[in-house]
Amino acid sequence: MDVYMALFPCDSTLEDLTKRLHSLAAGFHELMQMKLVLYRIDANKMDWQGQKVAEQLMQIMLVVFAIAAFITGYVLGSFQLMLYVYAGGVVLTTLITIPNWPFFNRHPLKWLDPSEAEKHPKPQVVMGSVSKKKPAKK
Amino acid sequence: MHSFGYRANALLTFSLTILALMCAMASLSDNLNSPSPTASVKVLNINRFQKKSSGDDEVGITLDISANLQSLFTWNTKQVFVFLAAEYSTPKNILNQVSLWDGIIPEKEGAQFSIKTKNKYRFIDQGSNLRGRDFNLTLHWHVMPKTGKMFADKLVLPGFRLPESYR
Repeated sequence: MDVYMALFPCDSTLEDLTKRLHSLAAGFHELMQMKLVLYRIDANKMDWQGQKVAEQLMQIMLVVFAIAAFITGYVLGSFQLMLYVYAGGVVLTTLITIPNWPFFNRHPLKWLDPSEAEKHPKPQVVMGSVSKKKPAKK
Repeated sequence: MHSFGYRANALLTFSLTILALMCAMASLSDNLNSPSPTASVKVLNINRFQKKSSGDDEVGITLDISANLQSLFTWNTKQVFVFLAAEYSTPKNILNQVSLWDGIIPEKEGAQFSIKTKNKYRFIDQGSNLRGRDFNLTLHWHVMPKTGKMFADKLVLPGFRLPESYR
């Protein structure tokens, strides 16, 4: 309530208040644009389908290597061999699933081009509805 | 699974959890082993048998210990700790156990041994009850694993007797 009163002091004119609201809205708009830009940077590395494949591949590879390591160690009677086989499996899994390989990015999301977005501007805030809300909240 | 750090963290924790499960399974596999150890002990000589100034009896003894503990070793065994204890009962204590000798066997090859040795630790009674006393020489072993549960067992060798009078 205090923040609201600070933003919209009682002695301001209607024009002042709508200007403040517009600048607030513009600020939020900028923030959203920034977020979109960040997502676009990550979108070039690994898409959603690739992330799912990477996670499944990691889990399956680790379990398979663990089973293979245990069986090898048990049959040959060497605990150390089991640990070596498993460690090798972990390293291999790391090399395959952690870096952003191209085969994880085969279904990239199509983001809207900025030049295309400028051709379709966002709808303007309607002034009448804003002034109606204000008295009710007070 | 969005970023590099996220995936690396997931892989690290999952791989360590699986490693813990593998170690648990390795420990459980020790239960499949059914060991058949053998041992025999001979008393070669009673070197010393005196009553100390504190009033307690002390025995100095030379032993010939031979054993085959190779069947105790599994793929998950780090070492076997073995010790020989003299066990007897007195009017004061129902069971007295005095460790005379111990050793650590790190490998299966060393688990079949035959040694002649004086008692490594002193054989001192609580009191003066050892003259003419019958005692057992019990071989205890602890199979220490690389991961998991430690197994302990023993083999009782009865029929030893201390002299009737001091030497």
